[in-house]
Amino acid sequence: MLTRFLLLGLDKKAGVLLAVLALLAVAVPVMALGTAPDSAWHLSTHTVALLGKYLCFALLALALDLVWGYVGILSLGHAAFFTLGGYAMGMYLMRQIGPRGVYGNPILPDFMVFLNWKELPWYWHGFDQFWFAAIMVVLVPGALAFAFGWFAFRSRVTGVYLSIITQALTFALMLAFFRNDMGFGGNNGLTDFKEILGFDIQAASTRVGLFVATVVALAIGYVLASSIVASKLGKVLVAVRDAESRVRFLGYETERYKLFAWTLSACMAGVAGALYVPQVGIINPSEFSPASSIEAVIWVAVGGRGTLAGAILGAVLVNFGKSYFTAALPELWLFALGGLFVLVTLFLPKGILGLAAQLRQRLPSRGAVAAKPADQKGV
Amino acid sequence: MHRAFCWLLAAFLALAAPAYAAEMDARLEPLVRGLGAGSYADTEKALAKLAETGDPAAVPVIEALQAGDLHVRKPDGAVVVAKRSGNGYALTDPVTGAPIGEADRNAVEKIKVNNALRRSMSAALGALTLMSPNAGTRWQAAEAVFKSRDANALDALNAALAKETDEGVKRAMTQARASVLLGSSAPDDDKLAAIEVLKDRGDQDALALLNGAASGGSDAVKAAAEKAVAAVENRLALWGAAQNLWYGLSLGSVLLLAAIGLAVTFGVMGVINMAHGEMVMIGAYATFLVQEAFRAWAPGLFDLSILVALPVAFLVSGAVGVVIERSVIRWLYGRPLETLLATWGLSLALQQAVRSLFGPTNREVGAPSWMSGAFQVGGLTITYGRLWIVVFAFLVFAALLVALRKTWFGLSIRAVTQNRNMASAMGIRTARVDALTFGLGSGIAGLAGVALSQIDNVSPNLGQGYIIDSFMVVVFGGVGNLWGTLVGALALGSVNKFLEPYAGAVLGKILVLIFIILFIQRRPRGLFALKGRAVEA
Amino acid sequence: MSAEDTLLYLDGVSVSFDGFRALNSLSLLIEPGEMRAIIGPNGAGKTTMMDVITGKTRPDTGTILFEGKTDLTAMREAGIANLGIGRKFQRPTVFENHTVWDNLELALKAPRRPLKTLTYAVSRDDRVRIEEILDITRLSPKRERQAGSLSHGEKQWLEIGMLLAQDPKLLLVDEPVAGMTDAETEQTARLLKDIAGKHSVIVVEHDMVFVRELGVKVTVLHEGSVLAEGSLDAVSANQQVIDVYLGR
Ligand SMILES: Nc1ncnc2c1ncn2[C@@H]1O[C@H](COP(=O)(O)OP(=O)(O)O)[C@@H](O)[C@H]1O
Ligand SMILES: [Mg+2]
Repeated sequence: MLTRFLLLGLDKKAGVLLAVLALLAVAVPVMALGTAPDSAWHLSTHTVALLGKYLCFALLALALDLVWGYVGILSLGHAAFFTLGGYAMGMYLMRQIGPRGVYGNPILPDFMVFLNWKELPWYWHGFDQFWFAAIMVVLVPGALAFAFGWFAFRSRVTGVYLSIITQALTFALMLAFFRNDMGFGGNNGLTDFKEILGFDIQAASTRVGLFVATVVALAIGYVLASSIVASKLGKVLVAVRDAESRVRFLGYETERYKLFAWTLSACMAGVAGALYVPQVGIINPSEFSPASSIEAVIWVAVGGRGTLAGAILGAVLVNFGKSYFTAALPELWLFALGGLFVLVTLFLPKGILGLAAQLRQRLPSRGAVAAKPADQKGV
Repeated sequence: MHRAFCWLLAAFLALAAPAYAAEMDARLEPLVRGLGAGSYADTEKALAKLAETGDPAAVPVIEALQAGDLHVRKPDGAVVVAKRSGNGYALTDPVTGAPIGEADRNAVEKIKVNNALRRSMSAALGALTLMSPNAGTRWQAAEAVFKSRDANALDALNAALAKETDEGVKRAMTQARASVLLGSSAPDDDKLAAIEVLKDRGDQDALALLNGAASGGSDAVKAAAEKAVAAVENRLALWGAAQNLWYGLSLGSVLLLAAIGLAVTFGVMGVINMAHGEMVMIGAYATFLVQEAFRAWAPGLFDLSILVALPVAFLVSGAVGVVIERSVIRWLYGRPLETLLATWGLSLALQQAVRSLFGPTNREVGAPSWMSGAFQVGGLTITYGRLWIVVFAFLVFAALLVALRKTWFGLSIRAVTQNRNMASAMGIRTARVDALTFGLGSGIAGLAGVALSQIDNVSPNLGQGYIIDSFMVVVFGGVGNLWGTLVGALALGSVNKFLEPYAGAVLGKILVLIFIILFIQRRPRGLFALKGRAVEA
Repeated sequence: MSAEDTLLYLDGVSVSFDGFRALNSLSLLIEPGEMRAIIGPNGAGKTTMMDVITGKTRPDTGTILFEGKTDLTAMREAGIANLGIGRKFQRPTVFENHTVWDNLELALKAPRRPLKTLTYAVSRDDRVRIEEILDITRLSPKRERQAGSLSHGEKQWLEIGMLLAQDPKLLLVDEPVAGMTDAETEQTARLLKDIAGKHSVIVVEHDMVFVRELGVKVTVLHEGSVLAEGSLDAVSANQQVIDVYLGR
């Protein structure tokens, strides 16, 4: 049954995407580790980490597309789930530092010693074990999303209202994590990591390993998401997006469906955050800022909402553009990003993939009826 | 060689001494000289005599002693005010303040004071200034005695009270007397009367004195003091609540100002304008520019700059709003989430534009004189700046209400929002109404910017700080209902300020956010929800 | 008749919106297998009555019992639908981004829980049933078309098809022939009569020709309560009914 379910998601688009990911998983390690540093083909650790970061964002975008593109929930707080996953991983990495910190305390992370804390807070226990942290990476964002969604969907908060309270959620978390007495390092967040699973976190081979892990996570996320949207459950989700009350009159408890997609999406975002932290080497409360959540929305919009692959494409393209702009023309980056928001909503409402699909439809063809791009009417 | 020079100089100064001694007030001179007599006790005695003269001319002498500037000139034992200047000291006459040359460091010796002496000094100053012809000075002197509780000042106080005519000063003196009496070994009757006086004063200081009295002395005094303490505490709690209420009202009116424009664009038109904060920011920068213009061309009229900035900010922000509506938003009606994204993009671009034009740092916006300072109402401190913002917020609210209810423009807005097609069929130019409504909302945001420039940093990020709060207010109050916005703003402002003492500013804010998140679950359409089919569409 | 013998039992149901009484102490009994036509001027409360039965609107007062025992006023829409009450809306609402086939598949009687739908595969029986409904509603050639691209009449039929797929005990049909040609109207009437054998049906309709075609008991609603009940002829002769219709 599981294989049948997973096969649902394997259409032609998935094939192309998985092939590209497989290529990356092979080529990047070879280029980073198997070439001489002065070779034209060589990838520096920095570049590998950068690519890894893009793919983490792609996973976040994928998670967001699942709820926005297919259920019509525009989350302006997905960075919250991403960041919580990141903090869970960061806590593990902090505990791995052990006595190598500046203050040499074998148990307490430096910032706690600095704050004159004598004991590890209860919620830091267990994070010295990777398996525990790995569970928390999924569980914490998932539980928060479940609790939030449970209330929000049952009381039928929808549309703009829902968007605004998701924004309030991430904003509140940001304020909370900025506080020193929360025990998450306040302003500075968690950083100065040394090793992960016993490997030096700065080493090129570790970076490559993290990159490959990210590729695998993204591939799994994609197959999972596309199988879901191709299943009958996915059809219900799209129906909820377009005419929620009609779905209720068919006997579906739409709250449960939304909750399912919402929670799953939050877990995916958490995994993305967890992979992000060891690759960029820091996690701090500014990741919670409403701006980062909205930026993730534009990745999805650029690639094309309700297409899954588009979200991945959009995340990579926009972030590549961001790296380029902030290095070459830092003044112009916000103009470019702002302009992108405006132009995409005005002229490219279905994103790049939507546009491509429209162009293809001009030519007569018997296209398979797979996931359909989102209709703009459903908010 | 150096030392020799010093002696030479000192000798020269000694020769010049009679020249200024003659100018010194004949009566004060020996008393002032007595200050430098030697022991602390001698200084104290001289001080008391100086105070007894009641001559205001003695005030600067004592003040100089307090400040540690009073020195004895070694060669002749004259008491002078010496202030460091370069390597040596510049000397002035302690009574007249006239310069009397310079002295080497070794040529003068500072008159040392101890704590007992310090206390006597303030008492002496108190006694002297209690007789000052200036009522403000007398009031300050009375307050000084109230704080020092110097028994030595009692006589001076009684004397001053007998002559005092000003009611306020008289009250302050009575209170000062009560404060002194309560700390002295006066008979119980006097103390009981003093307790009554202090109870009427009823502030933190009085509470401290009464608490002191409640912990010692005769039973009758103790009992009375305890009762008075309870009464004062009650009163202080009330004033504390009133102060919180005022802070809440003040924050609420800031929120109201920031949210009210949003209530128009979001509440009336259903447009999610994430660039609303930037409209506020533009208003603040408009204020800055207007003030710069005033500084450059009419510095004398600076107090009027804010009044001029109001229409300017309204027009500038309003114009930007109209441009945004015509170029972007009108293509997105009926697609609120897309509008949200596009306007967010605009907000990024506007922030960056302002940053490029004016730089990323804070810009200085001054307060006109009529907006600075504060006054007291009972136990309440109210700053003029905040007061004006509260007044202004309510004025803007009232003006908007009238505009929507009573003008033809308001009628068209309501017609278009209720039934676009019908309105259009009746000959209302809906496109124009849309643009103007959006301009109105943005213009009001600009007005908010003028007010916020007075209490917040004028920087490109100004608007970001308000956007989430504004949305919370509008959503909490109920979309499409101006009164809801008013109530929402004031309620959130007060809740925030009442939480702050217990939870701290940040946690208070988090709690408010959580509260709103939960509240929306219970009432998805806000406090004053519109009902009916129209909102379900 | 006691409540136990009825399929649907409404007693003293009232609803008001901001002071306006849309339903005013409405009482109505539907027997198992019965088809009932409901007529009444615009704003009489016909749609509101359906809203109240299906859980979209909560009545202020009154009792609504299904099969004599289940209290509908305490339930949410999905629960009511799963009891076996299907509804076709006045404005046809189909899932425009889904194909005709998928619309029917979603409506088809099957477990409604998320995990069940996640692993759902169309069985042979389901396929046959959907084909059957496609034939009945004449949408077979358009099965792969997006529902959004159908004409107004086709959407009405698709929605009726979805009702059939749901296989409810009670069908609430709100103005099914609005926007249909005469021929289509006739077909719809025949279709509904076919259905009525196995299910109970409440039809709201303005079109008197259509109601006459159905040939069933008629209830006239006016200002939120029942004005008259009986055969179409008897009702048409009722002076009050004439006043209400002509008075407007
Ligand atoms: N959600 C609602 N809010 C306000 N008024 C409503 C609502 N639903 C129905 N009404 C009012 O109730 C009355 C009955 O409406 P309806 O049941 O649709 O009549 P009809 O018999 O034409 O179907 C109408 O006047 C309508 O305006
Ligand atoms: Mg109707």
